[in-house]
Amino acid sequence: MEKLRYERPVVKKLNTGMMNKFGTRTEYNPVTHIDGVSVKGLIEKYGSPLFVISERTIRQTYQDCKRAFTNRYPRVQMAWSYKTNYINAVCNVFHQEGSWAEVVSGFEYNKALQNGVPGNKIIFNGPDKTDNDLKLAIDHNSLIHIDHLDELYRLMEITKEVNKRPRVAIRVNMDTGVYPMWDRFGFNYETGQAWDAINKIILNDQMDLVGLHCHIGTFMLTANAYAIAASKLADLAYHIHAKFNKKISYIDLGGGFASKNTLRGSYLQGNVSSPSFDDYAEAICSALLNAEYSKQELPLLILETGRALIDDAGSLCGTVLANKRLSDGRRATIMDFGVNILFTSFWYEHKLSPAQEFSHYTEDGVVYGPLCMNIDVIRENITLPPMKKGDNVVVHSVGAYNMTQWMQFIAMRPNVVMIDMDSKVHLIRNKETLEYINNIEEMPAYLKEFNLS
Amino acid sequence: MTVKKQLTIAVSGLNNIDSPGPGIPVIRALKESTIFDVRIIGLSYEALEPGLYMHNLVDKSYQVPFPSAGTDALIERISYIHQCENIAVIIPNFDAELSNFMKLEPRLLAEFGIKMFLPTQDQFDERHKSNLFEFGLKHGIKVPYSKMIFSTAEIPALLNEFSFPIVVKGKFYEAYVAYNIEQIHSYFNKLTSKWGLPIIIQQYVFGSEVNVTALGDGNGNAIGAVPMRKLYITDKGKAWAGISLDDDKLVQIANKLIASSKWRGGMELEFIKNAENEYYLLEINPRFPAWVYLAKGCGQNHPEALVRMALGETITPFKHYEVGKMFIRYSYDLVVDLKEFEQISTMGELS
Amino acid sequence: MKIKKNIAISESGFIFNPTTGDSFSTNPIGFEIIHLLKEDKNKDEIKQTILNRYAVDESTFEKDFYDFSTLLQNSQIAED
Repeated sequence: MEKLRYERPVVKKLNTGMMNKFGTRTEYNPVTHIDGVSVKGLIEKYGSPLFVISERTIRQTYQDCKRAFTNRYPRVQMAWSYKTNYINAVCNVFHQEGSWAEVVSGFEYNKALQNGVPGNKIIFNGPDKTDNDLKLAIDHNSLIHIDHLDELYRLMEITKEVNKRPRVAIRVNMDTGVYPMWDRFGFNYETGQAWDAINKIILNDQMDLVGLHCHIGTFMLTANAYAIAASKLADLAYHIHAKFNKKISYIDLGGGFASKNTLRGSYLQGNVSSPSFDDYAEAICSALLNAEYSKQELPLLILETGRALIDDAGSLCGTVLANKRLSDGRRATIMDFGVNILFTSFWYEHKLSPAQEFSHYTEDGVVYGPLCMNIDVIRENITLPPMKKGDNVVVHSVGAYNMTQWMQFIAMRPNVVMIDMDSKVHLIRNKETLEYINNIEEMPAYLKEFNLS
Repeated sequence: MTVKKQLTIAVSGLNNIDSPGPGIPVIRALKESTIFDVRIIGLSYEALEPGLYMHNLVDKSYQVPFPSAGTDALIERISYIHQCENIAVIIPNFDAELSNFMKLEPRLLAEFGIKMFLPTQDQFDERHKSNLFEFGLKHGIKVPYSKMIFSTAEIPALLNEFSFPIVVKGKFYEAYVAYNIEQIHSYFNKLTSKWGLPIIIQQYVFGSEVNVTALGDGNGNAIGAVPMRKLYITDKGKAWAGISLDDDKLVQIANKLIASSKWRGGMELEFIKNAENEYYLLEINPRFPAWVYLAKGCGQNHPEALVRMALGETITPFKHYEVGKMFIRYSYDLVVDLKEFEQISTMGELS
Repeated sequence: MKIKKNIAISESGFIFNPTTGDSFSTNPIGFEIIHLLKEDKNKDEIKQTILNRYAVDESTFEKDFYDFSTLLQNSQIAED
């Protein structure tokens, strides 16, 4: 006779003050497959933990976003935000969909060039651009977004040296009614800094001011802030035209759209409180259409959306290492992935699904990572079905920032695979090895030997 | 005698405790409908919500996932309940669950034919505490001057715009009256640690509190509005007893607010009436209040009217209500067999 | 370890402790173990019964049984 499926025995107090939250049902469904590929099979072949990227989800999300904007505004260009996820295969899916590249360092700039992005389709943002970076960007006719006055002056000097006219935009920061206000990047709108920079660029006449850029914040939960930003930039562009008879050809509203993740401490789940692409598009496009442009003169709208385009496409598959009972009686489950590779656990209450069937009994507990560090907490409070050592889990919506902000700390970074449109699996980043790490270390000769005997 | 139309309606907010949810009053109004013969499905979050055990009012109950579990968990549960019960209309009564239900309203209709009559997301958002001052400006309603602050550094400058006493409010709940700068600081810290930023600073208005329960048809028509003054309140500030008022001016303000905002669904408006007989809007609750049964007692059955509108009927607004009707709340100890508690706790259902 | 005499447990896994007034719920395997304990089966007999019926290895069950026993005692459902 075949044996019954085993589940850890649990007993749970029915709290008569605040009743058990979910009745006897749980919020979870087992996630045994991603895009038709078995989670267990993936882990067997590629190891655990494992990042899995769904190409289908990337393309679908990208197209949903693009459509939300093009349905409302005639001229829209997306630029893939490299820092959100710069694994080359991921970048190229976006480039195949038509995205330009948006980079914030020389390293990212060269990555984009090597991926084959034409220089004039690369937007170079950020406060850190070296002289060499600037020269390279001028040489490739990229769009240089100036962040501060020091950079503006340096660029003027370099322009003289190389005797070329770079195409530039300035980054503008402003009050859009949201908190905190990101006034550390770019030139302030309300205090006149932005006008000061614009005057300098145009009167100096060594570069072409082609665009205006702003990036009002991150994980913006109100679409209306974008409407304010868009109309302020449009207003600025209008007055530049009035004053200098100079047309600003694009307005870049940066990124910051929220994904469907749930921010820590927020009561409602992210898929309820986050605005949709349509909400953002409606706010931005109507602000631009209401600005003082004739239909032929509408500027190109550039969007550097990162998080909202890639978050849902990424999953992290992992394995239960151990279970523990904490001194206060709560259950602790230790996973083989921690904050070293799931950095976003600091911001989100990541949704986590068991990768195998389970009954509807649950226990309240905490989920830890494997690091020997007290901060290594994946979920502080979670209701999960009983899982045993070796069971697998899937953490959802981890595509943004994890594969760039991950740390090689205590353990090495794992494999990353992409599941293509036909459910075929491709390894797109190899897990790190001891050789890979040791390769870049140097040992002074006098430290080579020691004797512990 | 006409035959009443049979209808299954799911209602939440069964927490008929010392600070009661509106579920049971809404159900009472529906049970006394002259048009509908209703079967009531209770939706509960906790196994001790008293409504679960009021079998003369609630025909069958189901546990539903807490609002923080999100829309997927909710629609899955509703789908199961619908299979068992064939729900025609859902009336959610908790503030915290409204976002989920508003998000799901089109899907519930398309996939299950379940109807609701909720405010739109825009209406829901613009009446938030933090937006109420702008809401007042937009719709021509007096709202005590208020502003949001994000840091204690903004407190000293407040005295240019406000005079004591000043109300310090949390983003979602709680409010304190401050009489000096130090108190503002301490309430600021207290409230931010609990509810986060921003903090809403509001000019205190002296006067008496008057409330209106109202119903909008979504096209700008106020279907009904009954004003009430609390006669006595509990130590939690909840109404113990109240009386319907003859106050045309207040009804007109409610009508104007509904006309201008095109409010859809039930609502409660809280006002302060000052010594000059001016009304200041303090808060808009985007659902029926727990005292909505008083409206039924005064001749305006708002829950019944809401169900009719959810079913697609066009209805003519109520013209009259009885003035001087009182409600007096009382508590009542139900004696319940442990078996029932066991059923709802382990099976998530109770009939 | 013994389940306290007056503990009531129903088919649905609902447990009621009339002394403290607390109620609990348990999953089917927990229900089964509590029943075996009520029948005064010792640890080894319980282990054998479960290992025969369920797809589980000995060391996993031992760990889980230890944890479950602690929970039962902490919840005052069982006593030494």
